[in-house]
Amino acid sequence: MKRAALKITTQGDRELVMTREFDAPRKLVYDAHTKPELVKRWLLGPEGWSMPVCEMDVRVGGKYRWVWRNNTDGSEMGMGGTYREVQAPERLVATERFDEAWYPGEALNTLVLVEKTGRTTLTQTMRYESKEARDAVIKSGMEKGVTASYDRLEDLLASSAPSSVARS
Amino acid sequence: MQAPHRLDAIFAALADPTRRAIIARLAAGQASVTELAEPFDMSQPAISKHLKVLERAGLISRGREAQRRPRRLEAKRLAEADKWLERYRRLWEGNYRRLDALLDELKTQEKERKRQ
Repeated sequence: MKRAALKITTQGDRELVMTREFDAPRKLVYDAHTKPELVKRWLLGPEGWSMPVCEMDVRVGGKYRWVWRNNTDGSEMGMGGTYREVQAPERLVATERFDEAWYPGEALNTLVLVEKTGRTTLTQTMRYESKEARDAVIKSGMEKGVTASYDRLEDLLASSAPSSVARS
Repeated sequence: MQAPHRLDAIFAALADPTRRAIIARLAAGQASVTELAEPFDMSQPAISKHLKVLERAGLISRGREAQRRPRRLEAKRLAEADKWLERYRRLWEGNYRRLDALLDELKTQEKERKRQ
């Protein structure tokens, strides 16, 4: 099976959108996003980090708290928020705020799962309080010098350019 | 312009599907305004307006040939916009690859449970 591609795009002024397909029914994908014992097995971030704190009270108004630890230097990064909408197994909306704010205000994350013939398309929309906050997230990625390759550039264009050009 | 502002202009420029299509076309080689307008069902002034936005963001530039003044892609600028995406994407690709593996495991468990 071809490996599913992750698409990341900006939407409007305040949003980032990620899309990814999974070869599993959405019930399982939903479980993997809502059961702490499952979440802490994959939501680990970069290599060499672990997730010592993963507390989730998945109901409207319930809170969650996640902490990651760098296994090499012991530094920690924490975040948390409140669930706003909980509709198993298709939709989960929660606020997000990092302990050490690296963008102003809170973000609102919306997870939508759509199942088709046993496969699930995940769409994660991150809506920031302002354009400035969204762009701060974008800018944070610029500070690390990652070499860009033209292949990826092509991917980026292929994922965002329409297959045929319509009248605008 | 400072980097974040410049990045703003790049993303604003790339937010439009016509402009992304123009960029995709220029990635294959430089082209005149007439050549760029061809595949689009748009007037030349309308295309020129899009080109101006791309130019202001530094994503394209004009060649010196007097008549054609071909536009070409400024790949370095586009790479800037790609940098943050790459870091972000790498982080999430790692997460989602682990999720793939976890889901496989969960599927196997469910099958075994049904068999019992």
